[in-house]
Amino acid sequence: MVPTSYYVILSAILFTIGVLGVLTRRNALVMFMSVELMLNSANLAFVAFARERALIEGQVLVFFVITVAAAEVAVGLALLVAIFRSRRTTDIDEVSMLKG
Amino acid sequence: MEFIVFVITAIVALVGAVAMILSKNAVHSALFLLLNFVAIAIFYLLLQSPFLFAIQLTLYAGAIIVLFLFVVMLLGAERDEDSKDRIAWQRPLALVLGLVLLGEALYIFFNQFATNPPPAVEGVVLSDPTLIGESLFTTYLLPFEITAIILLAAIVGVVVLNKREDGSDVEAHQPIEHVEQQPVTPVEVETAKVEG
Repeated sequence: MVPTSYYVILSAILFTIGVLGVLTRRNALVMFMSVELMLNSANLAFVAFARERALIEGQVLVFFVITVAAAEVAVGLALLVAIFRSRRTTDIDEVSMLKG
Repeated sequence: MEFIVFVITAIVALVGAVAMILSKNAVHSALFLLLNFVAIAIFYLLLQSPFLFAIQLTLYAGAIIVLFLFVVMLLGAERDEDSKDRIAWQRPLALVLGLVLLGEALYIFFNQFATNPPPAVEGVVLSDPTLIGESLFTTYLLPFEITAIILLAAIVGVVVLNKREDGSDVEAHQPIEHVEQQPVTPVEVETAKVEG
């Protein structure tokens, strides 16, 4: 049995990679994929802890997270398509109308 | 044996994640993300949750990746950041902040883990999907129903966001075509006159 801490370390690394993706990339689509990566790493930690404590609640929560993530992806991509239609770009630096 | 599978899958997951944020082409990013999702699905199998394995494959690796690929190709936004960063120190700063975050998270985890170790539980079977179904429809029935409302709201939201207002897009296109066409024909007529 692989120790839970290994899974948590891997999950933390994956989460950090996702954060780096959001911070460094400017293509809104790739930023969005990085957000999905972060959600997935959190799910991995959830399932690892569920096995550690022998509780089914961890898996139930992951089920909810996946469902909400699906809704979020649908709305987010619709927003991106709407932005692209008015701005002709997905570069996040070009969409800085609200910048002070 | 399990440990070997873990190590191989972990390497695949990390390579997929790093390649996703490094690749210039957004289609490649989506495909590397698919690699990462499948690796995480294998972790779910290792962690005794075959139900989540199936959900991960169908929902994430199936539906969400297809949606991403579809939008990337629809918009033609494969490479949309050829220009340089406006803030030169953005990347190094992000790297430093990311490493700080990683250190912080691991420090807090191991601190808590050392002072508050979980109870050693052995022999409990978690891999049965009926357990998830049972608690989903008894204890967590209200969250389950709320999820249904969230999905409905997402569907309505997507439709509203991408609705064209009274066919305004069609009207906006037509005048442009007229403007393009009108200057062309007089020029042709004029040149014809000059030649004649």
